[in-house]
Amino acid sequence: MDMIFEGIKQAFFLLFTLDPEVMGITWLSLNISGVATVISLFIGISIGMTVALSRFPGRKFVVSLINTGMGLPPVVVGLFVTIFLWRNGPLGFLEILYTPTAMIIAQSIIATPIVTGITLSAIQHLPANLHLQILSLGATRLQMVWILIKESKLPLLTAVMAGFGGVISEVGASIMVGGNIKGYSRVLTTATVMETSRGNFDIAIALGIILLLLCLCVNVILTHIQQGERLR
Amino acid sequence: MKRFNNVGWIAVIICVFAIVFDVLSATAAQPQKKNIILATTTSTQDSGLLDVLIPFFEKKTGYFVKTIAVGSGQAMVMGQKGEADVLLIHSPDAEEKFMAEGSGINRRLVMHNDFIIVGPVEDPAGIKGMKSSIESFKKIAASGALYMSRGDNSGTHAKEKSILKAARILPQGARWYQQTGLGMGQTLSISSEKKAYTLTDRGTYLALQKNLGLSILVEKDAMLLNIYHVIEVNPARWNKVNTAGAKAFSNFIVSKQAQKIIKNFGIAKYGSPLFFPDAGKKEK
Repeated sequence: MDMIFEGIKQAFFLLFTLDPEVMGITWLSLNISGVATVISLFIGISIGMTVALSRFPGRKFVVSLINTGMGLPPVVVGLFVTIFLWRNGPLGFLEILYTPTAMIIAQSIIATPIVTGITLSAIQHLPANLHLQILSLGATRLQMVWILIKESKLPLLTAVMAGFGGVISEVGASIMVGGNIKGYSRVLTTATVMETSRGNFDIAIALGIILLLLCLCVNVILTHIQQGERLR
Repeated sequence: MKRFNNVGWIAVIICVFAIVFDVLSATAAQPQKKNIILATTTSTQDSGLLDVLIPFFEKKTGYFVKTIAVGSGQAMVMGQKGEADVLLIHSPDAEEKFMAEGSGINRRLVMHNDFIIVGPVEDPAGIKGMKSSIESFKKIAASGALYMSRGDNSGTHAKEKSILKAARILPQGARWYQQTGLGMGQTLSISSEKKAYTLTDRGTYLALQKNLGLSILVEKDAMLLNIYHVIEVNPARWNKVNTAGAKAFSNFIVSKQAQKIIKNFGIAKYGSPLFFPDAGKKEK
């Protein structure tokens, strides 16, 4: 119990003194996971929309794949991204293994199926022939897609939160493709793992609390937008 | 409400652009040949030694070191594949094989400390104060007291296997012998929780001691010497290896300055040094 108390104390100490290393780690976590979420939104919404609005043979199987992907194990993603990015791997010429860029790639792969799955179910929840109706009123396809996105804004904001929450709390892929390099690719989760293995449990707890606070802040902002829309 | 939401959206969009720009510029500002990938054991990172040595090296030379802390076994595999530039490891037998197959060049002695056998204070197997690590392993096996192995092909695991071999113990499947598959720090924590014995390097044990319910039971056996070498990955095999960077790092770590840092590391915090510098000495 002392240790937990000590950790909480440490967390607030690190936060209020603006400890440069912890601030750097926190900012990098937000950075990497934020970019990964944005990328996954573009890809995920596109795929989700396409699958939701089209009918083709094997569609059910594709939907099952997407739903399975929502639970994609981060370590497996990390392993494959590592193998691809090795110097002598297929994408080795990029020389981006053990960089924040590699972490963004891995996290985007983890978040994309989550966003895709939620988009898919959100669009399917709209009245079945809404898109035909919009088209018949003279909208172009692009306008139609935009209206559908606006109509399903609430669940799509949930997709943002789920995707972001999934990647910022993820450790397996980040440590494999990022390498937990001090001041460069060390994020809150990988730092927590390292401090735990160093036996610095109080600092590990402090980092965990900072991670939770960060998630809370981001979600408060997003929820505010989401629920504000709703009340209008 | 509507007004706030527009402001909120704009704030989110600005943040996103700031973030994207920040990451892109950070990545672009990193020249590639300045990077050195150092594959090393968990003990050098968990003890905190590299946190002192590497900033010093980076400041002096302008290189950027990417430290990947894994077991010695995995570090050597990275070297074999040309995925690392320089290795700092402690698994002498496997290192000799690594050199013999031509994967590395310029293997040099860096430092040593020693392995110790730690266990619960109650010492159910009664090995405290024994002089021979082989005999104490026999005793642990005979008593059936729990033993935690790293089980990850690390240098520590390799040492344990050689002791078990010398003691003619086949631990696979035995109930007293369990594998964690984790780094030294975590294996020590687990051993402490489960009141088990384990083999550890002294450095990691001293660094974590305050959180552990384990005491040193067997030490100072010649077999328990723990020797660290630096090896440059053979650039003739892999043209992507940063040869100059690897050379700079390995020259640095055997230099007088670095050896002095190693000598003094940990004295202030733990009361005794964690590593003993050995550069330039002849191997026994």
